[in-house]
Amino acid sequence: MGHHHEVAVHEEKFVVPARLRNITFGLMGIGLVAIVVGLMTDSHRFWANFLLNNWYFLGVALMGTLFLATQSVSNAGWSAGFKRIPEAMATYLPYAFAGFAIIIFSVLMHWNHTYHWTHEGIADPTSPDFDEIIAEKVAYLNLPFMIGRVVVIFTLWYLFSRTMRRNSLAEDLQGGFKMLKRNKTISAIFLPVFAVSWAMACWDFIMSIDTHWYSTIFWVYHFAAAWVTAISIIALTVIYLRRAGYLSIVSEHHMHDLGKFMFAFSIFWTYIWLSQFLLIFYANIPEESIYYQERFEHFKLLFWINLVINFIVPFLLFMTRGSKRNENMMILVGVLLIIGKWIDLYIGIMPGTVGSHAHIGFVEIGMFLGFMGLFVFVFTRSLTKASLVPTKHPYIKEFVTHEVM
Amino acid sequence: MSTQKYIIGTFNDEEPLLEAVKEVRAAGTPIHECYTPFPVHGLDEALGYRRSRLPRAAFMFGVLGFSLALFMQAWMLGFDWPMNIGGKPALAWPDFVPVTFELTVLITALGMVGTYLVASGFLPGAEAKMPDIRCTSHVFCIAIPSNTADYDKMHALLMRHGADEVAEREIEL
Repeated sequence: MGHHHEVAVHEEKFVVPARLRNITFGLMGIGLVAIVVGLMTDSHRFWANFLLNNWYFLGVALMGTLFLATQSVSNAGWSAGFKRIPEAMATYLPYAFAGFAIIIFSVLMHWNHTYHWTHEGIADPTSPDFDEIIAEKVAYLNLPFMIGRVVVIFTLWYLFSRTMRRNSLAEDLQGGFKMLKRNKTISAIFLPVFAVSWAMACWDFIMSIDTHWYSTIFWVYHFAAAWVTAISIIALTVIYLRRAGYLSIVSEHHMHDLGKFMFAFSIFWTYIWLSQFLLIFYANIPEESIYYQERFEHFKLLFWINLVINFIVPFLLFMTRGSKRNENMMILVGVLLIIGKWIDLYIGIMPGTVGSHAHIGFVEIGMFLGFMGLFVFVFTRSLTKASLVPTKHPYIKEFVTHEVM
Repeated sequence: MSTQKYIIGTFNDEEPLLEAVKEVRAAGTPIHECYTPFPVHGLDEALGYRRSRLPRAAFMFGVLGFSLALFMQAWMLGFDWPMNIGGKPALAWPDFVPVTFELTVLITALGMVGTYLVASGFLPGAEAKMPDIRCTSHVFCIAIPSNTADYDKMHALLMRHGADEVAEREIEL
């Protein structure tokens, strides 16, 4: 019921405006300059930033597929109309894989010393570099096994996301429930595969930087961060497309639901942040609390900014119903969360790589902008390849009449 | 509370009731209330109800619970009876978070229920006020105050929309 008027569902072809394309090229240009400056001044800093940004956008791309999988297994109709956005996000995956291939190659060539456990002689009792704690972990943390894991994990992610996208596009041609059901089955298989493979990727690429330290909730924490970033990017893209004259089938009701997702998962991120911190604080075991001591001593300002920007500000700004239905407010909160999650990752990676003299300068900001330019370029190019509105999605009518009280 | 005269229209289904409500309001006649066995989608909108202000009460109860919880823990552990627990400072704020969270949620929830009961007059022991006991199982009623309505006009209107019966009664609602 309510008073929504009839909205016509018809195909919409997105064309990337020249201005947006130029902006993405400009950002990539800044990124290239930052990469050159980073390589020439401090290669350690360069590799740390390369890892940071590559991981950041790998998470965003993969969360696109995860978003589709959750919507698919829960038979959701409310997100059907804008599902091309997470689909297009996932098409960035091969670029992130290439980035990690570069990282692994640089480690093999001894250009990149990000991962302490790859040092020669680290597990050799006769070597001066012998590290007893790491020696006990080499059964898992060794390069051949790690490369094998990563190849399998990336292959799985690529196959799942590509198959789901293909089926979704096929659905637009043939209609009916066949592809919806097929994607539902694939999604149900993907979810547990994702949980295990994502956890391993988190250990291999991020947690192993602080090789002595470990946390069993680490991958949940990184899932929460990447998920909030991805939902914020979906919301901002919907707003952008609507203002550019597309996706008129998306109403304030859908925006309200996206806002609830952002609000709820920024709280979820905080919950996991505290779950990890509180136990380490309370137990006060030196080998665990060193992780927070490093961050609290040398990254104190960012440590607090992290909590303010990722939790307190979105929590207060986005609490009311009206604010979630306010596009400008959503843009503000979305941008804050996108920057906030980058800061979160910065204090996760920098203490173990660059160390206490790490700071945010041109290399950090420039490389983030450069990776963002590449991501937006690939993402928007994929958006042009299919109708923005999946006209033959079985739930498109439910989507159009979706109403949130 | 005293009794008042109402025109009571009784319907078998929610759709005709909803249409009748829209037309009664379009004619400029105030409606006292509708009585339905289950929530009818779109009825509050048709009746022109404003959004509930309950979230504001919830926020205030939340702030109250948050402050009470923090005060309680800080006073007990920091001032009234400081204890050495694992060498932590007496006022170790991370330890307060779980209890503060739980008490915020608890006081907010209880406060909302209490506010709702008081605001709606549903406190325990309150007398059920409805025009027809069948409203609890299968009948949909509309109550229009007689003093601002023309009985003949309303009778015709409600009957046209398929009302089972329309009667003027002096009751307490």
